[in-house]
Amino acid sequence: MARARRPTPTGRAPRESRRAAGRHDRTAVRQALSVAVATGLYGISFGALAVASGLSVAHTMVLSAVLFSGASQFALVGVIGAGGSVAAAVASAALLGVRNGLYGLQMSPLTGARGIRRLAAAHLTIDESTGVAGAQVTPEAARTGFWRTGLGVWVCWNVLTLAGALAGDAMGDPRAWGLDAAASAAFLGLLWPRLALADEPHASASAVTSVHPNSTRRDAQMAAGLAAVIAIALVPVTPPGVPVLGAVAAAIVVGLWRPGQRLATQVGAST
Amino acid sequence: MSGTAMWVTVGIASALCFSLKLAGYLLPASWLAKPRLAPIVALVTVALLAGLFAVQTLTTGTELVVDARLPAVVVAGVALWRRAPFIVVVIAAAAVAAGLRMIGWCA
Repeated sequence: MARARRPTPTGRAPRESRRAAGRHDRTAVRQALSVAVATGLYGISFGALAVASGLSVAHTMVLSAVLFSGASQFALVGVIGAGGSVAAAVASAALLGVRNGLYGLQMSPLTGARGIRRLAAAHLTIDESTGVAGAQVTPEAARTGFWRTGLGVWVCWNVLTLAGALAGDAMGDPRAWGLDAAASAAFLGLLWPRLALADEPHASASAVTSVHPNSTRRDAQMAAGLAAVIAIALVPVTPPGVPVLGAVAAAIVVGLWRPGQRLATQVGAST
Repeated sequence: MSGTAMWVTVGIASALCFSLKLAGYLLPASWLAKPRLAPIVALVTVALLAGLFAVQTLTTGTELVVDARLPAVVVAGVALWRRAPFIVVVIAAAAVAAGLRMIGWCA
């Protein structure tokens, strides 16, 4: 039967909505590609920084292929570069990895993956894949966006990490090339969209986990400021790697106290 | 850190980070309904990144140091504010620090 309608996940779709579904799918693929390339380029700086921090090219590649989460990777090499212990490096990377678990909770029903595909979905669950999935208008397009972005970022990230690591290996003194400043800029770049200083639709998954109301944004800014002060204050008196972990206290304090939320409630009550 | 210690670090961190991702797929969906969970995870991420940024920018070993990294991150901040792509921000910061050190200023 030539006119038989193909069943789709949303039920039997008439031609018009099938065409729309194709359009949504193409949008997801296009976004996935651009995010994959942009994020992959960032892999160059990770590769160079990792090698400059004392990791071998092999260590660096295992991080990009297996750990595969940019902020955790940068944190790990940052702590190692500062002379931190195994425990401090692992703890920083793992604490930054907690948010991926939260993304997984959201992506699990979306992908509906079982068995080996579920392991693959978990591995590809990062800021970017969750962010692109969350930006789609239909569940089908979201699924497409998730898988294409995850796979695309993984491939680009690994290829360009290798390029960066090999280049970093040939560079010599990392400070002469400003690689220490590049690491600072990398952390600032990862932090920036989470503070929503500029209202850019960056693929950080803040858009997925929650709409960022002003009060939440203010809390994030306060936590960031407090965390920086705590970390700097701890540097002269604690071993390397510990100051960064101490900064988590800022999240606990602000998380329990919610100053931004209180302020918003007060303003709301007075008007 | 020795090569072995480095492999231990890389191995444990990779295993933990994958486990955290997988946990999201294995835990019941009711976890999503916990309203206080998401904001706290978001704040932990922000606090860690801010701590890493401050330490990476202003310290060497256990000392506070102001050097070429500071003007470099100011330039990075301006680039982010102007919505430059990440890679441009990182390269701009590296170029500023390398340039200042080359002319022997605030090494």
